Order: sequence, then C-alpha cells, then structure tokens
Amino acid sequence: MSVADNKKKTLADLAGAEARDYRWTLNFGPQHPATHTTLRLVLMLDGERVVDAIPDIGYLHSGFEKIGEHLDYNQYVTVTDRMNYISPLANNVAWHGAVERLLGLELTPRCKYLRTIVAELARISDHLLCNGAVGLDVGAFTFFLYGFYQREVLYDIFETLCGARFTNSYTRVGGLMYDATPLVIEKIRTFVRTFPKTLDDMERLLNRNRIFVDRTKGVGILSKEEAMNRSATGPIARASGVTRDLRKDEPYLAYADFDFNVCCATAGDCFARYLVRMAEMRESLKIVTQAIENLPSGPVNVGIDERTTLPSKKQVYSTIEGTISHFEMVMANRGFTVPEEESYAAIESPNGELGFYLAGDGTDVAYRARCRPPSFIHFSLFPGLIRGHTLSDIVAVLGSLNIIAAELDR
Amino acid sequence: MIKPETITALGERFPAVRFSEFRDQHRAAVPAAELAEVFAFVKETRGFDLLVDVTCVDYLNYRNAEDRFGLVYLLANTTTNERLTLRVYVNEPNLSVPSATPFWKGANWLEREVYDMFGIEFAGHPDLRRILLPDEFTAHPLRKDYPLQGRGERHNFPVLTREEG
Repeated sequence: MSVADNKKKTLADLAGAEARDYRWTLNFGPQHPATHTTLRLVLMLDGERVVDAIPDIGYLHSGFEKIGEHLDYNQYVTVTDRMNYISPLANNVAWHGAVERLLGLELTPRCKYLRTIVAELARISDHLLCNGAVGLDVGAFTFFLYGFYQREVLYDIFETLCGARFTNSYTRVGGLMYDATPLVIEKIRTFVRTFPKTLDDMERLLNRNRIFVDRTKGVGILSKEEAMNRSATGPIARASGVTRDLRKDEPYLAYADFDFNVCCATAGDCFARYLVRMAEMRESLKIVTQAIENLPSGPVNVGIDERTTLPSKKQVYSTIEGTISHFEMVMANRGFTVPEEESYAAIESPNGELGFYLAGDGTDVAYRARCRPPSFIHFSLFPGLIRGHTLSDIVAVLGSLNIIAAELDR
Repeated sequence: MIKPETITALGERFPAVRFSEFRDQHRAAVPAAELAEVFAFVKETRGFDLLVDVTCVDYLNYRNAEDRFGLVYLLANTTTNERLTLRVYVNEPNLSVPSATPFWKGANWLEREVYDMFGIEFAGHPDLRRILLPDEFTAHPLRKDYPLQGRGERHNFPVLTREEG
C-alpha cells in the first residue's frame, strides 16, 4: 500500500468503522433549563451535529380536556389560564369567544373593545417573553431583562384590571369580570407612550448584533410549503411567508375597526421569527392605542335577559328580578342552557390559531371541550427544523417556536 | 364561512355526503369508506390547504346519538378564507379510518393524539404511537366510559428502583 492511498482514507476507515458508529444518543430534558418547560428530546448526534431528534412529550399532561367536561363554562376559564400561562388573557378571550359562538351571543361594543385590548396586551407580553428567551438562550441576557421589565409593567396593568397578575380569568360568558376603571386606562396610555422607546432599545440591542444574527440566521428554516402542510399558524407561519392572520382574514371582536398591518417575513429561520414578533408588538401597540382612545361607553356585560351574566349588585339589592336572576344563575342546572350543537371558534393568539371545539349537550357543562393548541402543532415541526444543525442551535430553534409545555400537553 | 360552490361541488362528487349548518359553520358528514377520496378532492380541487385540527367526540351518553365516535376534521382554505368541517362517524368494533397524513403532514401528531385519547386507528399513519400518555397505558381516557375514580393505570406501572435505574 502506497503512502498516497493511505492519505485518501481517514482514520475511521482504517479502523474499519462505519459512519453510524460515530453516532451517539443524548437525552435532553425533561428537566433542563434550556427547555424552559417540561419536554424531552432524544437526540441522535454525529459529533455535535444533530442527525435526528425524537420529541417525547406528555410529561405535563394534566387532562385539561377531560376537566372541561366537568367544569361549567365559567369555571373552566381558570383552566385556560394555565394552558398558555405566558398570555393567559388571550386564552380567556379564546375560550369565552368559543362559548359565545355556541350560544349565539352578541357582545356589547365596550366588551369587544376591552377584550381586544387585553388580547393585544397579552400578545405583547407573550412576544416579549418569547423573544427574550431566544435572546437569553443564545447569550443576550440584557435583552431578556429589558423584556421582563416591560412584562412587569403589563402585569401591573392586569392586576389593576382584574386583581390577578398571572392567572387572570378575566372573561365571563357574555362579558367580563370587571369593567376597566379610569386608572387602568391611564396605565395603558402610559404603557403605550413609554413602550416604543424600550422596543427601540431592544431592537438596537439585537437586530444587528453579530453574535445573535450568527446564531439565528439560517437556523431552523421552515419553508412556506412545509408551514402550510404541517398546519403551522401565527408568527411561525408568517415568518415563512404565509400571510394568514385571523385578525384580518376572519375579523372577530373589534379588529375590523382598527388600522394595522400583518407582519410577514420570507426567510423562515429563527431570525425571521424574531423579527416578525418584534414587528407584531408595534402593530399590537397601534391596535391598543386606537382601541383605548375610541373605547365605547355603555355596559360591559350583555343584559340580564340573556341569562348568561350575573346582574349588577345594584340590581340584585334593589329589585326582585335582579335577586331572582342572580340566585338562579349560581344554582346548579338553573343557569343558561346551551344548544345541543357543536361549533368551533378560534382567535389569533400570540402563538398562532388558538381555537376551541365545543360540543354542548343542553347542560351548563360542555360535553366535549377540545382545545386546538398551537404549541402542540408547532412542536411537531421541531425535528424537521433541527436536522443538520448543531447541538447549540437546539435552544435557538426551541425558543423561536415558543413551546409552552402546559399548552403542549394540556 | 364557505362558498356555496364548494358545497355544491362536494355534494355532486360525493352524493352520500350529508351537509348541515350551525352558526354559519358548514359541516359535511362523510362515510368512512369515502374519506380518503374526500380528502383528496377538497385539498386538490377546492384548495383546502390547511388542516386546522383533528379531534373526536365520544357520543356514548349523548342524547339521540346514533354513532359512538364522531371524528372532526377542521379544514381551511387560506386563499379564500373558507372553512369546512368534515365529520366521520365510526362504531365499535371497526374503529379505523384512513389517515390524513398523505394529504396534510400536520395530521401526524393530531391523529396520534386522537388515537391516544380515543383509541381510533388511522390506517396508513406512519407512526401511530401514544403521544401524551406513556406507552404502558392501556385505556383511552377521553372516552366517556373511562372511570374518573379508583385505582388504575398508575397503580399498574412497573416500579423502577434506584439500583435498576
């Protein structure tokens, strides 16, 4: 054997090893700081390169859909808080939007505007955390803290609005738990005025940051065809060039009244998803500004004739009708009745299309309460996005998909 | 929302399909034998390119229900913003329907979840395993006859000691 022949062969060939002998399996999760939530990946690695990733989910399965068959339509809103706990208000709006579709209930204008405002504030808080976590995972800690400070401001608004910071349970069938007070409106106005400056700072920190761009650009590319075929929705689909946005395509609540843009990108990589989320926050601010300045007056709940919302305390204490309807509403099986029908209603949640498929059976408890979870569908994209990238890219891709395990497993 | 032409075209191509409407949502009840052809028709001819959701309802205690399980396929056409719900009713012992994965890859995990929770088998699915519950699980908990109390699957799990692990 000549020296030239020997040079062509690698050390591995000489040892008689095959390519797959160099593969090793790595268990990632279910408890690992970079997964942020409880999910597990079994990785097949060739050196540092990911050959395959097998997601193993279900560690946080809590039977939310089964609970939905045993809690009534108002009680279940507390469970929806715990699905995507990064933006619980959006889940509340989605759940009661679905219930009202089943009941055929038309909301009051003020309620529609307030729900739109809280859904958009929830979108901002979700995107702040998601982008912050992407930054944190690839090394931009300051960016994460900028985002978290503004989330704290939003929590303060939510606390003033409904008394709860994290698990809000703000909506009720046919209305809201509390009307917005002037103090809340003032706080939202202050937030709308001050937040763009933080957003500018955040964009200046990362948009042209060499490390961040190198870690996210060209990583985890999702093509437009794949996004459609694999049922991706929301910012993830829009970063791949899908122009679908339910706020524009099927305007619900008060979205038809506002001027805003649908933010899209075409690259479909982690950086595009980051940019789409940053741009969407500015659009959400536009919606909140328009809604808060044009907030209609009038009642926030539908009338007591609809028999879905509790009458006001004034009615309960001063009229016999108010007392009786309040009494009946809280009695088991004496509240409102739903048709024996099935319907589906969805909203554009921060993460994508969040819908509930409800089957009513005449009682005040759903016969079947199916949640269409965007995280579940987006996590099924993950193996395709990570193949061929390195181990360290996993956190960037996971972060940019915004997987919330509580919604993933329900 | 759906265009009347879509309903007409679907009804002409598949006479056995029954249509119903509730709150402006149109549903088409499809016989299980024709399901794969209906998938191909609505996707290729009518442009329903987004499979929004696959789920199932167990009608065991439902008033006036004739069938045990009703599968739900929520489809959307992203160009015309049409939505269509396909319903397929299946009864024991033949709990098998053709899989939607050849048409929409997004059906993969959604069908695995339905299999996990209801025990419906999807013929032609590439990887039909449990997804949320552990592999040792024997029951399908979203069925209406699943007991809510008592000792069950968790009790039967093999105990893994520290020495073995």
